Amino acid sequence: MIVRELELDLDAFEGPFDLLLTLVLREELELAEVDVAEIVLAFCERLEDRGRLDLDACGEFLVLVAGLLELKARGLFPEEALELSELEPEEAAEELARRLADYRRMKDAAAWLSERLESESERFFRLGPAPLAPAVERQLAPQEPARLGAALRLLATEPPVLSLGHMALRFPPVSQFLERFRAVLRRRRRFDFESEVAGLSRVEAAVAFLAMLELRKAGEVSLEQASTFSPIRVLGTRAPKAKEGDESQWIARSA
Amino acid sequence: MDRPLRLITANPVDRLARVVEALLVVASQPLSVDDLAAATNDDPERIETALRLLGERYAEGRSGIVLERAAGGWAFRASREAAEACGRLFERPVERGLSAAAMETLAIVAYFGPCTRPDIARIRGVAADSVVAGLVERGLIAEAGRDAEAAGAIRYRTTPMFERVFGLESLAALPRLDDLGGDADVIRERLEAVAQQRSA
Repeated sequence: MIVRELELDLDAFEGPFDLLLTLVLREELELAEVDVAEIVLAFCERLEDRGRLDLDACGEFLVLVAGLLELKARGLFPEEALELSELEPEEAAEELARRLADYRRMKDAAAWLSERLESESERFFRLGPAPLAPAVERQLAPQEPARLGAALRLLATEPPVLSLGHMALRFPPVSQFLERFRAVLRRRRRFDFESEVAGLSRVEAAVAFLAMLELRKAGEVSLEQASTFSPIRVLGTRAPKAKEGDESQWIARSA
Repeated sequence: MDRPLRLITANPVDRLARVVEALLVVASQPLSVDDLAAATNDDPERIETALRLLGERYAEGRSGIVLERAAGGWAFRASREAAEACGRLFERPVERGLSAAAMETLAIVAYFGPCTRPDIARIRGVAADSVVAGLVERGLIAEAGRDAEAAGAIRYRTTPMFERVFGLESLAALPRLDDLGGDADVIRERLEAVAQQRSA
């Protein structure tokens, strides 16, 4: 008898045992969904059918199922693996007995519920959406008008207005930096963008960057950068100056 | 019929009984004495008297409608002699096709609830996600907060619908936990014997 060819018909899987193992090892089948007891039952039935004890098959099956159970236990209770491994044999037996007893009780309770359902199959009643307890209007305790008025006045005072001034972003006009860069370019032909904006705030540096791009668009400068994040070098060209006034109203917010 | 039907007269409790009767007809799930007292603006003790009066009138074998105690309250249902006819006309979608896994999960939630899916998996040895989702959809169990210790896992409890479907007056009507799992002690003894052999 070849254990790996054992045909299985489980809730989570249907096919040979070998395929189940492969799928589990490839993590394509959730072992937590597999009822290992069903596999054992299928194997026992198969043994029963053959009518003779095949010790080789039993040995192989035991090894495979033990491995499967260990994998499943680790998957189901990852955080418990450590604490359980430290248990003495007596303690482990006690823990296992407690869990088996819990499960046995719940199996009995399930059987009781099934019987109950069967015996109650003649009970028909109206089914409605829960919950349906009528919303009963609660009676208010007697109130004094003066106290109510005082409570309302307390609620009616306007809370102080909070200032959000410190949160506002201030955008300096782009034109300010256009002027500044042009002034620099009149003194020398080239400058490093970084050294020119050193000490400015993040927003100011961003506006300065826009001004630089604006100059480039107008053909007043050309830009050089050796590689990403390396210093940006700005070179003045002799191109005609862009029309004044066009950019005087140009601020970052309108970009 | 052992006694003639008691006539509902102008007596104040009879009047109250008629209002309670009306409330129970409109309700689609059991109403507690407190619900009835709040709705009628009357005394719980007088509600109990009115319910006794109605119980006599709506009894099995006397009426097609039967008053029963269910899920911690009171409700009307069809009499058992009408069951066959009811079965031809009405479905029982909540309990139809409950699997063995669903029954075990229900039992665990009924006895140990509110409990989380990992709690259920620990007892059954199989992941409980899909079974729990199915029971929630049927309305037999419902979410009952989160477990602060188990990383906020959702906890579940059984619903009044569960008690109604299984004909339980309350969860206290379930068999005592100690009366279940009669062979658990045998298992324990065998395991302890194995452990002693191993440690010897």
